[in-house]
Amino acid sequence: MAGKDWPLWEVFIRSKVGLNHKHVGSIHAADGEMAVENARDVYTRRSEGISIWVVESSQIFASDPADSDALFEPADSKIYRHPTFYEVPDGVGHM
Amino acid sequence: MKEQNLADLEASFNEKLKQDIRIEPKDWMPDAYRKTLIRQISQHAHSEIVGMLPEGNWITRAPNLRRKAVLLAKVQDEAGHGQYLYSAMETLGFSREQSIDDMHTGKAKYSSIFNYPTLTWADMGAVGWLVDGAAIMNQVPLCRTSYGPYARAMVRICKEESFHQRQGYEIMCTLMKGSEEQKAMAQDALNRFWWPALMMFGPSDAESTHTQQSIDWKIKRHTNDELRQMFVDASVPQAELIGLTLPDKDLKWNEERGHYDFGAIDWEEFKQVVSGNGPCNAERIATRLKAKEDGLWVREAAMAHAEKKKAKKAS
Repeated sequence: MAGKDWPLWEVFIRSKVGLNHKHVGSIHAADGEMAVENARDVYTRRSEGISIWVVESSQIFASDPADSDALFEPADSKIYRHPTFYEVPDGVGHM
Repeated sequence: MKEQNLADLEASFNEKLKQDIRIEPKDWMPDAYRKTLIRQISQHAHSEIVGMLPEGNWITRAPNLRRKAVLLAKVQDEAGHGQYLYSAMETLGFSREQSIDDMHTGKAKYSSIFNYPTLTWADMGAVGWLVDGAAIMNQVPLCRTSYGPYARAMVRICKEESFHQRQGYEIMCTLMKGSEEQKAMAQDALNRFWWPALMMFGPSDAESTHTQQSIDWKIKRHTNDELRQMFVDASVPQAELIGLTLPDKDLKWNEERGHYDFGAIDWEEFKQVVSGNGPCNAERIATRLKAKEDGLWVREAAMAHAEKKKAKKAS
């Protein structure tokens, strides 16, 4: 096949009013406008969304899965970041 | 813009508010709505950042390693909350740097509570219990505020905030089970923080210039006085349960209203603290300014390093 491949775009969909856009997958398209249209056709055929964001995949800078242990380990030992770590008297109700 | 066009845009904006549809960054919104949000969100962000200082004061002097780790985690959270909020504010087209400079010149405000000193370890208890408690009272309804990025930041913040109040109350509980000196220290912290905590909700409804418009725009869901009352009602039993006395001789359960009546707030003190004359205003701003200036070379070095890396890759 002659010519140039369309670039890859990552697709983010807002499923409902007020929620964050969430990553759903990717799509090929010649430009951003087309990527939104293609994403509409591929990812929202059953009303899965009310808003679409696309960003060229080459623009995404990601953490390396091989580094996950070292990257996220520091949070594992910090149970005091959770409310259940603290003891308050029974009668105090919701706090 | 044609007049008809503008009227249509306004009508569609108002319809969204009516139906509780969140306003998102790219939606049309009235200038005054945008300005109000920039003012409120930046003030909120500055409060998180300046709020790190009174507690940071005790990290190196926490009574044991557990308390120290907890306090450190809490102050880290406040830094993170400031970041969420500045990011939400930036979606409105206002720069973070400008906003921070506005705080340093006094043009932008932060919560008046952080202009009080933290004199003893018990203040860490009072701050967590009351200051974070008041903040939570304020923040929970903001999870449903009409501007999408602000509401989503608040959901995140509220989830993380729940440990803050509990750790503060736990400190108070521990002190109240201790020696006479420790009990007195807890009571003294409560005496100093109770009234400033009530002032955190802002001027009374009769005096508040922004409240009604903010409620119409569904930015705010309750008035200052409503939130203050909710806070008093929640705090009284918490104090009683561990043997603390709220420093208000007029505090009394009102059967008819179904709420606690409480004494008059010293609004002159509030005005003084907000306008820069509180015990620590100058110190707080000087500390923030120094942090910005001392960090400048780091920010510049990081940028230079990134550019160098980029040039290397390109060549």
